[in-house]
Amino acid sequence: MALLGRTANGLFWMFRYIERAENMARLVDAGLRISLTNLSGETDEWESILVSAGVERAYREKHGDYDPDLIIDFLVRDQDNPSSVRSSFDTARMNGRMVRTALTRELWEAINESYLVIKSVLASKLDHRSLPRVLDLVKHRCALIRGSFHGTMLRNEIFDFCQLGASLERADNTARILDVKYWVLLPEHSSIGSALDNFQWTSILRSVAAHRSYAWEYDGNYTAPNIIDFLMLNRRMPRSLGHCYGVIGDALSYLDRNRPEPAPSDELVRDVSNRLSSVTVRQVLNNGLHEFLERFIIDNNRVAQQIAADFRFYPDAPANTDGSQIQTQSA
Amino acid sequence: MPPFDEMLLSESDVRQPYEKFFEWFAAQDTQDLASKAAEAESFFRRTGITFNVYGQEEAAERLIPFDLVPRIMAKGEWDRLALGIEQRVEALNAFLHDIYHDQEIVKAGKLPARLIEGNEAFLPEMVGFTPPGNVYTHIIGTDIVRTGEDQFYVLEDNARTPSGVSYMIENRETMMQMFPELFAQNRVRPVETYPHHLRRSLEAVAPPACDGNPCVAVLTPGIFNSAYFEHAFLADQMGVELVEGSDVAEIDGRIQMRTTEGYKPIDVIYRRVDDAFLDPKVFNPESMLGIPGIMDAYKRGAITIANAPGTGISDDKAIYSYMPEIVEFYTGKPAMLENVPTWRCAEEDSLKYVLEHLSELVVKEVHGSGGYGMLVGPTASKAECEAFAAKLKENPSNYIAQPTLALSTVPILAEKGLAPRHVDLRPFVLVSDKIRIIPGGLTRVALKEGSLVVNSSQGGGTKDTWVLRD
Repeated sequence: MALLGRTANGLFWMFRYIERAENMARLVDAGLRISLTNLSGETDEWESILVSAGVERAYREKHGDYDPDLIIDFLVRDQDNPSSVRSSFDTARMNGRMVRTALTRELWEAINESYLVIKSVLASKLDHRSLPRVLDLVKHRCALIRGSFHGTMLRNEIFDFCQLGASLERADNTARILDVKYWVLLPEHSSIGSALDNFQWTSILRSVAAHRSYAWEYDGNYTAPNIIDFLMLNRRMPRSLGHCYGVIGDALSYLDRNRPEPAPSDELVRDVSNRLSSVTVRQVLNNGLHEFLERFIIDNNRVAQQIAADFRFYPDAPANTDGSQIQTQSA
Repeated sequence: MPPFDEMLLSESDVRQPYEKFFEWFAAQDTQDLASKAAEAESFFRRTGITFNVYGQEEAAERLIPFDLVPRIMAKGEWDRLALGIEQRVEALNAFLHDIYHDQEIVKAGKLPARLIEGNEAFLPEMVGFTPPGNVYTHIIGTDIVRTGEDQFYVLEDNARTPSGVSYMIENRETMMQMFPELFAQNRVRPVETYPHHLRRSLEAVAPPACDGNPCVAVLTPGIFNSAYFEHAFLADQMGVELVEGSDVAEIDGRIQMRTTEGYKPIDVIYRRVDDAFLDPKVFNPESMLGIPGIMDAYKRGAITIANAPGTGISDDKAIYSYMPEIVEFYTGKPAMLENVPTWRCAEEDSLKYVLEHLSELVVKEVHGSGGYGMLVGPTASKAECEAFAAKLKENPSNYIAQPTLALSTVPILAEKGLAPRHVDLRPFVLVSDKIRIIPGGLTRVALKEGSLVVNSSQGGGTKDTWVLRD
């Protein structure tokens, strides 16, 4: 089945933004927890969350100083921030409207209704008391959308493009979280093993919804190699880079069946995937965790661009763009 | 005299088509019905059956209010109406062919040439060209009003890109979900076959370049268009692609859509983009919504455009006043459906009459639509009438006037039970290898007491419209 290039693009970005909305909620949740315990200078923590979210500069331009309430508002409600929970839902739903003929009625309704609910909940300022409930609601809504998606959509190209969007966004997010926190994981860091570090690690794991599953996989010992292994290389961990690239590789190989030869993006993905499966944690640490992640984030973006080109997401000639294309800037 | 009520002749005397419904209604708990109405609204909102309102930021997507009392027509009433519609639609297509070829009707002195030549809706690009199947208006929505038991008038022939058909279908869907028992008691003819008929109709006018199964697509201006929901709905229901201008390009002489697996030719395009924006190479060069080169491809037989460009000349309000002559000229028989008597303000005597009787008349812009730019004399204030008179004198040929018709009423479910409100009717007609009229249509209802303006952009609602089988 051939899809319109624009439809594939809309599906891809709809799921990127659903994923982004959820990641944003999880980041805020983690930040909230850290600030409640007052273990560290709390604005440092919020600053690193802004960096993980990729919106630190935009925040500083708008608000200047780091103020926890303003940061939370910026990440959750602010429509000037294209990656806030609110904006992410707006964009996801706008893309959903554009591609609604490709969605099952259940999936469309899950998206549309979630958008309406989130919009009304986020219409007024949040206080500390309501924040956890709102963050939970966001996670529930994303789970509902994902559930409708997995439960009702045909396993065809439409499904594959959604999977690509969700997995690329998720891999990007996990990599950013790790990169912001990499100094906590560095072996030469003096306070390794202290209570503070344990707490930092738990917060990292919490931000990717994995503090329990980490304990199942690694007997609850927080060591740098284990955490790196878990979030980057362990393919059983659904938010790890390795897992995401497994899904991306599968989706692309399904899409390739309709092409005379594999798409160029396929080779890029195989490269990244191989790197993730052949490297050891020790090697990553020796060659520099930060360098590894930085390269990954760049490659991940390149994969997204190559997919857009391979599957004709955009018109070839600029003369044929119509301005109604939905803004889909990657963070 | 009170307006004709389609349900009740008096407090206890129910018109025949409504008998079974009325019986059912009498047995219902009003509270219960009110909660059903709220349920319907949340259903519409959840499924996104909304229309966009231009220039209103927050309320950008609004619901069209749905009233759950159906509008019911007996078989005989409908059949007579359908014959009249069919005759009119045939005449419109013959008229369009004539206007873009020999203009016999002008030569015969039945229509002033100035109405064609100076008309923006007339497209010189269409002169001498015959579209596939000689069909111009593949989709028509004829607006009809009723004033009495046997008195119907055509208010407007929407021959460009009539909208509202998705509401016709969703209203029925909603009614069947809420009150299935009603459909067991009443034998109502189906409307949900419309998308199927639409697809068949479009496929039947494939262009010469088409080999094999015709590929149909719907062209939308995009998600910010007021009728976007309907465009997506129709594409979805027909099982065809919904494309925007940016998805399509002229390649190897065909109009093709960009897919993930390469370009694919479109044979028939159901466009919901106005003529002016259809092809920047021919019409408005600024248009980002259209397809460069589509007119040329059309004339080479590489694609069929539905409706054909230039059909606006047939539903222009100035032309409208000549419809009785037009119908008779092309079908050889008097028009079965009446026109509303119309004064053309371009004519001096008419203008004088209109200015003298402004408070009794409805005055409309010749090219306006959507209930904008019109004056409803009887409900307008003196100041409004005076302001309008000034505009009228400034540019008389821009206006027509009609008597204020006592539009029929059908009750709605108001807070205190049934209450009569004015309605109109837009049946949908498909023209192709044959004429297909969907039994029913969109009933629009003015929800404000006494109001005659049924347009959804101005607070009108809709009703499910039933045509009974027997």
